[in-house]
Amino acid sequence: MTTSIAAPFKYHSPDTVEEASGLLSRYGGAARLLAGGHSLLPLMKLRLASPEALIDLGGIDGLSGIREDGDELHIGSMTTYAEIARSGLVAERAPALAEAAAEVADTPVRNAGTIGGSLAHSDPAGDLPAVVLALGATLVASTAGGSRTIGADGFFTDFMATALGSDEVLTEIRVPGGGSGSAYAKLANKASHYAVVGVAAAVSVEGGVCTSARIGITGAGPHAVRSPQAESALVGSTPTAAAISSASQLGGAELAGQFNEDIHASAEYREAMVKVFTERALTAAFARAGG
Amino acid sequence: MGHEISVTVNGNSYTNVVEPRQLLSQYLRDELNLTGTHVGCDTTSCGACTVLIDGRAVKSCNVLAVQASGADVTTVEGLADGDEYHPIQKAFWNEHGLQCGFCTPGMMITAVDILSNNPQPTEAEIRTGLRGNLCRCTGYHNIVKAVQAAAAEMAG
Amino acid sequence: MTTATSIGKAVRRHEDPRLISGNATYIDDVKLLGMAHAAIVRSPHAHANILNVDVTGAANSPGVVAAFTGADVQEQLGSLPAGWVLADMKTPNHPPIAFEKVRYVGDAVAVVVAETPQAAADAASLVEVDYDVLPAVVNAEEAVKDGAPQLHDDAPNNIDFEWEVGGGDYDAAAAEAEVVVKQRMINQRLIPNPIEERGVVADYNRATDQITLWTSTQIPHLVRLLFAAVTGHPEQKVRVIAPEVGGGFGCKLYIYAEEVICGVIAKLLARPVKWISGRQEGYQATTHGRDHIADVEMCGNRDGTITGIKTTVYANLGAYLSTFAPGIPTVLFGFTLGGPYRMPNVACKVYGVLTNTTPVDAYRGAGRPECTYVIERLVDIFSKETGHDPTEVRRKNFIPKFTDGHEVSTGVTYDSGDYEPALDRALEMLDYGAFREEQRKARSEGRLIGVGLSSYVEICGIAPSAVAASLGAGAGLWESSTVRVHPTGKVAVYTGTSPHGQGHQTSFMQITSSELGVPFEDVEVFHGDTDKQQMGTGTFGSRSVAVGGTALYMSLQKVIDKAKRIAAHQMGVPLQQVSYESGTFYVEDIRERNMSWGDVVGEAYSAKNLPPEMEPGLEAVTFFDPQNFTWPFGTHIAVLEIDQDTGESKVLRYIAVDDVGNVVNPMIVDGMVHGGVAQGIGQGLQEQAVYSEDGQLLSGSMMDYALPTAEDVPTFELDRTVTPTDVNPMGVKGAGETGTIACSPAIVNAAVDALSHLGVRHVDMPLTAEKMWRTIRDAKAAQSD
Repeated sequence: MTTSIAAPFKYHSPDTVEEASGLLSRYGGAARLLAGGHSLLPLMKLRLASPEALIDLGGIDGLSGIREDGDELHIGSMTTYAEIARSGLVAERAPALAEAAAEVADTPVRNAGTIGGSLAHSDPAGDLPAVVLALGATLVASTAGGSRTIGADGFFTDFMATALGSDEVLTEIRVPGGGSGSAYAKLANKASHYAVVGVAAAVSVEGGVCTSARIGITGAGPHAVRSPQAESALVGSTPTAAAISSASQLGGAELAGQFNEDIHASAEYREAMVKVFTERALTAAFARAGG
Repeated sequence: MGHEISVTVNGNSYTNVVEPRQLLSQYLRDELNLTGTHVGCDTTSCGACTVLIDGRAVKSCNVLAVQASGADVTTVEGLADGDEYHPIQKAFWNEHGLQCGFCTPGMMITAVDILSNNPQPTEAEIRTGLRGNLCRCTGYHNIVKAVQAAAAEMAG
Repeated sequence: MTTATSIGKAVRRHEDPRLISGNATYIDDVKLLGMAHAAIVRSPHAHANILNVDVTGAANSPGVVAAFTGADVQEQLGSLPAGWVLADMKTPNHPPIAFEKVRYVGDAVAVVVAETPQAAADAASLVEVDYDVLPAVVNAEEAVKDGAPQLHDDAPNNIDFEWEVGGGDYDAAAAEAEVVVKQRMINQRLIPNPIEERGVVADYNRATDQITLWTSTQIPHLVRLLFAAVTGHPEQKVRVIAPEVGGGFGCKLYIYAEEVICGVIAKLLARPVKWISGRQEGYQATTHGRDHIADVEMCGNRDGTITGIKTTVYANLGAYLSTFAPGIPTVLFGFTLGGPYRMPNVACKVYGVLTNTTPVDAYRGAGRPECTYVIERLVDIFSKETGHDPTEVRRKNFIPKFTDGHEVSTGVTYDSGDYEPALDRALEMLDYGAFREEQRKARSEGRLIGVGLSSYVEICGIAPSAVAASLGAGAGLWESSTVRVHPTGKVAVYTGTSPHGQGHQTSFMQITSSELGVPFEDVEVFHGDTDKQQMGTGTFGSRSVAVGGTALYMSLQKVIDKAKRIAAHQMGVPLQQVSYESGTFYVEDIRERNMSWGDVVGEAYSAKNLPPEMEPGLEAVTFFDPQNFTWPFGTHIAVLEIDQDTGESKVLRYIAVDDVGNVVNPMIVDGMVHGGVAQGIGQGLQEQAVYSEDGQLLSGSMMDYALPTAEDVPTFELDRTVTPTDVNPMGVKGAGETGTIACSPAIVNAAVDALSHLGVRHVDMPLTAEKMWRTIRDAKAAQSD
């Protein structure tokens, strides 16, 4: 049957992360955290997800906001896409993140959806997972017992699955400094505006030579991934248009045999588009890096 | 199990007990009888239900009423200042920015958000800004004109 | 005297204050005391025998009032009818709640009624249905093959009807022709998508035995008739109210299962029952449109003369016949296959095919977009084959200007037409020569841009009842009006048309104000309530102003005629000496001898000194049945750019020059064109309903069905030519559907033009990025071979 009414659930609005984590433990996996709700609630309305309880992070102080901490940018997990897209700090320090946040869904959704919700949901077509991979971000997971950090590289583990423990709350995203140019390029699904394919690139250039390159790809496979073969092809090279184009042909090579296929795009098309958008993202990133 | 919430809607304060699964759209329509906020889909796609929460356009079919506790909500019924239409309402009327009218409340609310961030948007910025609000009648042509007209009036 | 609100003026809409302030009452805003809420349990299988339906768990769920299976209420619910009956057509049984077999995903199998929508939804999930799942078929061409799954015992090979129309002798013409071009064309299935889904509120008054149905419909009067016919409840005790309706586009043009279910259950329970469709529910349970597989060909000579067109169409009807379904791919498709061209030879064969999919019926344009698509794509293919510019082939083959009817080879008579000026104007707006120069330059830079034309003629103003009946229509397609002048001189207009965004109140106020000379604001227009306006047909087929507006115009003339007779009597002069203008009756040549509108109306109601044998009051009723359809026409032009790396298409410019005859409110007419064109761009570029082979609707929500957003369409460039019709006294033709009818072939023609240097001849809609990427890749590969 079809419905747009969620099954009943219990609702909690904890005041602290510790309390939220405690609730997660208490429900033993039957509860879900509620951030902006823009990934979770649609699934619940269709009864594709029916958690026993929702734990609303909206009442916890200090989970929202963007600040500099030394070289790093610290972004609270409850910071909305709109706040990130409007932030001068993000635009300056992590343009790929600003671009991706500005491309998520649409105006009202960006006002409610959060970076933490997006990352913890690990939707295979979400925009931000690709960006945190490219930027080499660190994610902070907290429980009643304390916090730990998880590198973006190890965070997205499977289709809609992450390295977060069952009682952990994603509280902060830390974007390192030092990267000199980043960009995000996306082929949007015409219906949902999720990424059919999205590619984020972050590069550094010294003396005309690429010294580091990180590429994050979303939309193409079961979860967001990096593209180490393409990255390696760039490091140590002079990032000419030809070099970028050549490296981009390796974009997504690691996903061979795993490309998504649905009514919006075949695996073959996604594979080809990863290369196209890898080139677009890299070209913009190198332009910003002054390379 | 019910939860007590307190919400300010269009300047009036309300306290109600709601079921956790009640959506803000349902709360506005069913509890407060503010039926100008429409629901056109189940997937946060169409934007007909868009309202302002603390000044920002949000799709109210995707927010729990309990999440809105403590918030200041403006619906289409609260756009006008007494008998004086908001400039966006005037512009939609003058520019024929609506036909069946079903998407119109959400469309106007999103337009208000766009103009509050960007008082003089380009046509492309208006079109991109409105992509989360679907209209099947107007082809958006006159909606874009209406947002431009409202921007001009609000700029004085 | 012309005023700011006269016919022909762009008058701001009377409807808008309630709509922009949130005060309008749409179906979901209707709340009745004691109202219960229905949830419908639907089949998850496209084809299955129902072994058992158990509603016990649902009935015992908290807050549940009642739960019914199809078998429980089969006698009360009856079978949904086909309202358009072709010769030798099959009419399979269509129970509103299935009880033996389900035939599409979304077929209703049970209904649960509860105190709240939440309780109804919770209980509905407890209904247990045992299915014996059967093989399904979703493609019309596959469904007619031997061995395909059979939906209905009385429709062998799933063929519901075979229908033909034609003129001349196409096969002979093709044998003689120097050029014959052939193409298979798919006109994909679409979901109409008004932003308001359907909904029903039913109430039963035990004291009067009256059932009142509020329903989001385009046809309240036909719903009343068909509801009575299906359920046996006396028609005079059925009241149907269309509240504010949030768009329709054809999909609210039928009697639907839920209308019957809610009406019958409200009566059984003696309490109001509400059902509001969710969007995904609506994608399954509200009709779809288009879905043709067509083999088409065109013949002619090397000089660019077209001599004939032939089509063989497999039209997918879905699992059951919706109310008007048989008329759409036949009558509204076949008769205009000559388009605006001299087309001496036409051959059209249509197979109406039943499949395990949501029923298909009218969607904006309804048959005519499919028809125009075939013609205008073929004209471009023919132009390419014969080496002529597509503008010149169109010009060469246009029917020359005519004002008093032109019979075409299919036997219908176009009312008036002057096709070349619309083409000329559109080309002038584009600057065709400059565009071709720009295209050459773009190609040299590796950019792909193209231009596509579409010249069309459409059948509107539906319909002359006798003609429609001879073609299968099950009801007269006249329209009615009542003009009631109140004793204060204010005017109430009641129309049988039923708008859902078209602004009839404004347009009809303009007509009334113009004709009666009373102030615009002294007129109120009522529609959509069968207890107020007793008779009517509804709003579809670009008919409302051409047929309903004419009915109004004629009632207004009757009112003026009677008022003049009263004035003549009062002033003591012969009737023929009395003239009326702008609120004053006066004796010709002696203007100072006059009576005001208010005085004459007062006399009509005081009735103290009326002409002998005249009845008191001032009111007129008209049933207008036109003698012909109307035939609007025009030329649209699309300019498209295709990204050759990704295949994404963008509409750079869209020009529409339409001729809809005289225009009541140009602002409203332009708005109709804008909306239709956006829907046409949607069909051309991105919309499609996709089924899996086993009948699951994969494009099952707005997350997967790509409606155009503001980003996907450009600002439109519009103009009009004006060629009035003599089918009705105002010379109006109707304007609701030109956009969808003209647009999609212009889009595809532009895309093919952009790729013509690569040897691309045809691409099926929608022109998704991947499809265009493949087309470009394959064309380049073929060229390098």
